[in-house]
Amino acid sequence: MIQISPHAEAALTCTLDERSLYLRRLVLGSVRSAGRGHVGPALSLIEMVRVLYDDVLRIDPNNPRDPHRDRAILSKGHGCLALYALLADRGFFPLSELEGFCGSDSILGGHPEYGMVPGVEASTGALGHGLSIGVGLALAARMRERSYRTFVLLGDGEINEGSVWEAAMGAAKHGLDNLVALIDYNKLQSYGPTDYVLPLEPLADKWRSFGFAVQELNGHDVGALRTILKQVPAVPGKPTAIICHTVKGKGLPAAESNADWHHKNKLTDSELDAIRVAVGDF
Amino acid sequence: MRNTAMNMVHKLAARDERVLYIGSDPGAGTLRAMSKEFPKRHLIEGISEAHIIGMSAGLAMEGFVPYVNTIATFLTRRCYEQVAVDLCLHNLPVRLIANGGGLVYAPLGPTHQAIEDIAIMRALPNMTVVCPCDADEAARLMEKTLDWTGPIYIRLGKGGDAIVSKAEHGFEIGKAVLMRPPGDVLMVTTGIMLQRAIAAADLLAAQGIRTGILHMHTVKPLDTEALLHAIRGIKLLATLEEHVPSGGLGSAVAETLIDKLGSGLPAMLRLSLPDRFMHNYGSQDSLLKKHGLAPSAIATSIEHAHAASRTSAPQLHST
Repeated sequence: MIQISPHAEAALTCTLDERSLYLRRLVLGSVRSAGRGHVGPALSLIEMVRVLYDDVLRIDPNNPRDPHRDRAILSKGHGCLALYALLADRGFFPLSELEGFCGSDSILGGHPEYGMVPGVEASTGALGHGLSIGVGLALAARMRERSYRTFVLLGDGEINEGSVWEAAMGAAKHGLDNLVALIDYNKLQSYGPTDYVLPLEPLADKWRSFGFAVQELNGHDVGALRTILKQVPAVPGKPTAIICHTVKGKGLPAAESNADWHHKNKLTDSELDAIRVAVGDF
Repeated sequence: MRNTAMNMVHKLAARDERVLYIGSDPGAGTLRAMSKEFPKRHLIEGISEAHIIGMSAGLAMEGFVPYVNTIATFLTRRCYEQVAVDLCLHNLPVRLIANGGGLVYAPLGPTHQAIEDIAIMRALPNMTVVCPCDADEAARLMEKTLDWTGPIYIRLGKGGDAIVSKAEHGFEIGKAVLMRPPGDVLMVTTGIMLQRAIAAADLLAAQGIRTGILHMHTVKPLDTEALLHAIRGIKLLATLEEHVPSGGLGSAVAETLIDKLGSGLPAMLRLSLPDRFMHNYGSQDSLLKKHGLAPSAIATSIEHAHAASRTSAPQLHST
């Protein structure tokens, strides 16, 4: 069984501020427009993506390919609605694009595509690819003597993939302290609880034993995320893994820790009403 | 061929600082000279092929030109999704140097025999597939890889393949080489089947059957223009490949003819390995011989098909 850490307990009861609610409204508005989308995986990610894009990444929406920018890869590509909301809000593309999500003329698909979406660094969705690409980006920074950092957001279900652990070994071998793996540990994958589908514990020990400096926190605690993400690398000479204890579907009581909200094909009128109650008009 | 290709990576690295060598767990001493001269650009990353492909993608996104090297079956079967998504979808200039294309690793059994690699690599959008015939051609090919847009799969034979390519043929990716002008028959070959084709053509000439040879070192993109030009006036087209019948050179040629001609196709004979794993060991040569791909068997197959093509309507023959 998963041990309930104080961080996980805190994630369950964490209160969301107005910006977090606003970003959820953007996400859920896309789902309403498209009639589909991965709701739970996006809502667990919001604070992680928010702090990255608001407070940590050195990026310029007017120059999204600036060679000196920090790189961020959403390896759990199905959580893309959170990324799209932040990119749109930060001005990488118009907010109106969010309404076209998954539409035939949209740049925004159900998984993010490089070259289609300004600010998206890699096409993801097939799980287990992002950390390897991130190792390549971080190694390139080292070889080119550039100061950009690389952040890779991973799902807990995603780290079932062996390629993630191959990448972890590679990152440690090269001592890539310019690489940060953020794990969205919401403890629920598509079929059900991670401790039923494929147990991950002891997760922090796993990353530690693979050569990472490991931090754990409540992944909905904006202040804590800001503090930890501004202090990377946690240990010089080591890649950093930040285990973010989160709640799948966070902020929408009906969806919280509910596998039925992993992916929605349609929202019923009562579900739309429940969303309004949770996050306000959207 | 393999040593030549490896040494070319070193030469290219000396010329261009974008060039990286990335091996999984290659033989001891692989590119030792390069590792001494350019240690930061000689990377050995372990038996983690899926990761290596993704890492190479990241490096290529930042302007490097990685040459990834391991055994062909591991570059193709094991990390197909990484090749498809990380390399082809992003259209990145990563070069996959595949040791032991075809039956080179005959003694090591089916896990190491790359008999369907051309098919699965050519199915991928943006992928280029090249099969040099000998060491000299491999060297000329490698010269052309530096600035080619997108990923390349380079299928290598082993050391010691007879040198049959000629410097005057040059090398352009996507441009076939007409080794012998077509007569009644045209053979289209790729990789080390060229050597067998030349020997078979000599045997056929002794039987009075003039046989041309078009060496299709690049299977994708296929040189449609050269193919359509070379089949003018022939009675029989034979494709030769060290590969299963599905999806390789013979398929590519047949698809192209159907797409471009639609009707009036020449009689066609596809000579290949059978559609099954090889449950024999021995040597590359002995397995090729066992499956009808030694020069004498090729000549006999073509002789029979040529005779049939003169007495019946054009048709596609199966292997």
